[in-house]
Amino acid sequence: MKGVQLSEPTAEEVRDTKIYRSWSMTDAEYERAVKMLGRLPNYTEAGLFAVMWSEHCCYKSSTPILKTFPTTGPRVLQGPGEGAGIVDIGNGKAVVFKAESHNHPSAVEPFEGAATGVGGILRDIFSMGARPVAVLDSLRFGELSADKAKNVEHNKFLVDQVVAGISSYGNCIGVPTVGGETAFDSCYEGNPLVNVMCVGLIDQKDIQKGRAAGAGNSIMYVGATTGRDGIHGATFASEEFGEGNETQRSAVQVGDPFMEKQLVEACLDVIHNHNDILVGIQDMGAAGLVSSSTEMASKAGTGLYLKLDDVPQRETNMTPYEMMLSESQERMLLCVKKGHEQEITDIFTSYGLDAVTIGNVTDDGMYTLEHKGKVVAEIPVRFLTDDAPEYHLPTAVPQRLAALRTTDARDGISVTNPEQTFLELLASPTIASKEHIWHTYDSQVLTNTVIRPGSDAAVIRVRNTDTALAMTTDCNGRYIYLDPEIGGKIAVAEAASNIVASGATPLAITDCLNYGSPENPEVMYDLTQSAAGLSAACKTFETPVISGNVSLYNETSHEAVYPTPMIGMVGLIEHTDHIVTQAFKAAGDAVYLIGSLRPDFAGSELQKLQTGSIHGQISDIDLEGIKATHDTLLAAIREGLVASAHDVSEGGVAVALAESAFGFDSKSGDGSENPQADILGVDAKLDLEDELLFAETIGTFVVSVPLTAVARFEELFADSDATATRIGSVDNSGLLEIATRGKGISVSTMSAKKVWKESLACLLS
Amino acid sequence: MSAPRFAVIVFPGSNCDKDLLWAIQTVVGVDAEFVRHDATSLKGFDAAMLPGGFSYGDYLRCGAIARFSPVMEEVHRFADEGKPVFGTCNGFQILCEAGLLPGALLKNTSLRFVCETAEVEVANNETRFTSHYEKDQRLRIPVAHAEGRYTVTDEELEELTANHQIAFRYAKGHNPNGSVDDIAGVTNKAGNVLGMMPHPERAVEALLGSADGLPFFSSLIASMTA
Repeated sequence: MKGVQLSEPTAEEVRDTKIYRSWSMTDAEYERAVKMLGRLPNYTEAGLFAVMWSEHCCYKSSTPILKTFPTTGPRVLQGPGEGAGIVDIGNGKAVVFKAESHNHPSAVEPFEGAATGVGGILRDIFSMGARPVAVLDSLRFGELSADKAKNVEHNKFLVDQVVAGISSYGNCIGVPTVGGETAFDSCYEGNPLVNVMCVGLIDQKDIQKGRAAGAGNSIMYVGATTGRDGIHGATFASEEFGEGNETQRSAVQVGDPFMEKQLVEACLDVIHNHNDILVGIQDMGAAGLVSSSTEMASKAGTGLYLKLDDVPQRETNMTPYEMMLSESQERMLLCVKKGHEQEITDIFTSYGLDAVTIGNVTDDGMYTLEHKGKVVAEIPVRFLTDDAPEYHLPTAVPQRLAALRTTDARDGISVTNPEQTFLELLASPTIASKEHIWHTYDSQVLTNTVIRPGSDAAVIRVRNTDTALAMTTDCNGRYIYLDPEIGGKIAVAEAASNIVASGATPLAITDCLNYGSPENPEVMYDLTQSAAGLSAACKTFETPVISGNVSLYNETSHEAVYPTPMIGMVGLIEHTDHIVTQAFKAAGDAVYLIGSLRPDFAGSELQKLQTGSIHGQISDIDLEGIKATHDTLLAAIREGLVASAHDVSEGGVAVALAESAFGFDSKSGDGSENPQADILGVDAKLDLEDELLFAETIGTFVVSVPLTAVARFEELFADSDATATRIGSVDNSGLLEIATRGKGISVSTMSAKKVWKESLACLLS
Repeated sequence: MSAPRFAVIVFPGSNCDKDLLWAIQTVVGVDAEFVRHDATSLKGFDAAMLPGGFSYGDYLRCGAIARFSPVMEEVHRFADEGKPVFGTCNGFQILCEAGLLPGALLKNTSLRFVCETAEVEVANNETRFTSHYEKDQRLRIPVAHAEGRYTVTDEELEELTANHQIAFRYAKGHNPNGSVDDIAGVTNKAGNVLGMMPHPERAVEALLGSADGLPFFSSLIASMTA
């Protein structure tokens, strides 16, 4: 749909021309709408049905799967269904969080796509009444070296622009970007993933709901004006890309972080100081005005009467269709007690923002829109929301799985020069330091950040308490590609390992389920099986799914991304004294390997490096065993026995040991007093073949322990179902020395760190 | 004099205002209050503190719009009367745009936003903002900005140096933005107005990585109560 409609098609023309097909509505869905209404929907109404029944708005293909997730727990105050989930963290406070994808917009307009991704998720958080306190980004791009990419320059451009967009929006609005992860694989070329997670804090008494309750109460529109940007962004996100997707650019919105900063402050002012006149508040996100207003009415079981002439517009001659579907940014919808509209307007005016009444709540359950004196839409609210179609789409075991499993994971792997392999892995963009990226994010504004980007999880202290929150995002799509169910378990287990390594108890997760087209039964199989894996792991780690989003159709010309269910996890640190980082702290500390390494090479960085592809069967993981390890490690951390902890992931134990040594910083106050010891080393011996140094065994950790704590530490593990093997010690040698049954590794910490630290900037230049 | 009261000025788009208030009020424990950009009086306050952020979204030029805010007339009065006026980051940019400090802040030489804990040295510990530091003391104070490259004319630089107006410098080899002469913070000639790119309010708690900003606040408070 483009531009101004001088005269809209009639209801009959909509039927006969099947214009709804261009809005991704099927003939069957159109007929369903006709049957429910008992008449032909007019042009505006057909548009409302199309967008509200899009995958992006109603999750029609994924709902049956989402229903299988565990969503409750003793600490859960709000599960899925509101702007964001909420978890009790004690002291009358709660943490609010959610993640959202902005993949499609970022593919065609990476700067604005990423920026508005940040803006959108922030609104979800403050619409609950919470102050956003941290942002994390999980990013996936195509490869950065010419021999592995179709268009390496474009991949670099995407990285550069996505990072600039996040930096621009997050820095300006003043919410710290504290963590996240970035990985590279050829399957993401042409279809990058931009997932943004936002964490907020709230006093439990301030929790809001997006409800339009109480007939006669007013619906107020606040924030930016409505333009034609982003019309059908929701359906755009529910289609796969064809060639020449530049024509889809008009579906991308443009963000204004300054406006949003004012919007946050004004909304929180109303929530904190004028809660008696506020009934409900909701973000205008995907499918803008129609989605936010119908959801508010649906949740309250009411109807709405909206006068579209009163909607603040930034363009002339906008049709009802365009106004309802616009995804202009920085807008919120409020339900306000009748008679108190002026008070709300005055507050918003003091922040330089518009707030106008555009309608009122009714008790007839109808969604009625008036434009230029005429009723242009009249549909029962529930037709658009609760009665949206739900599909149980067929699944089929992907053909790739059999093919991938015909080869052994060790095929093609040969570590004859472990030192060289080690350095090559450190330089690979997925493992290399991401400092080049996070250096451009303000990670400290709001002065709560205890652990900045670069450790296993970021840590934010909770003011006026002794507690802190650890947060991370994680997902290795390669594992899910090789085995969706086990890969799903691994995604949650890895996130939990990151949280535990920081000294926190995992609380709950949010997710962004990034997959290809649900109309492909193989994709549905991936989605179903990985969801089963996620669910199993969430039950074991007692981390219910409290919010999330589904992003399907991540395909370019029928090539899907790896199934990538990004997990965002938050954990609670009982006391700030328990905060641990991955960095070694002092020479002399003993180094332990927690858990046992197995030949886990399927989907590993080593396999990719040496064979150029991934294959083989990944081994199942012992969720209960990993949980026992987590519990014991946490107990040791809380007793103050642990100086550093780092989970073994991409690149295996060699990379984990190196990163622990790289992280040491004598000046930061968390290390030795000895200014000479800017660079530490490690002297470790592992009774393993060289290859095992790079095995990616989930649930294993590298931990350092002060000598005074060694006895108690070993006692704790001896009394548990977990194992801790002393493999060496931290030293002042400035060398990474890892002996094995084979050749082992001996390389200067400084030179290895240089490779690791400079690789990404080098690849991007 | 009774206990001093700090005004933390809030411009539309300020985003370190709460951090500055927290540092003064809760960590240091001195009376502080937010004052809106459209206030016309700073009566009852003893110091004006301009926080970091993106006033007016950095539209047009950093600080260029904020300097026309009604409250700036009062900030000018404070400066003229010898009362302390302080700006960090965007606050520094606003003070330069307002003509209360010499020079201007240009885009970093890297052309990228930079967020890191800067290595800063006390170039002059004889100001009311720095008296509790040792001369040349090395500090770790966070910076976070895209436009922090301080620039002045050669004549102005000579004058700044001669008048001991350079309060802070980035340590040799640690200049994050390309500022002339490694300048991180300058005062006006009278010494009662200070602007700096590093954020002392981000360095008041060891838990968050550094408490090197505390003597900044204690120096200032001591100068007001002496």
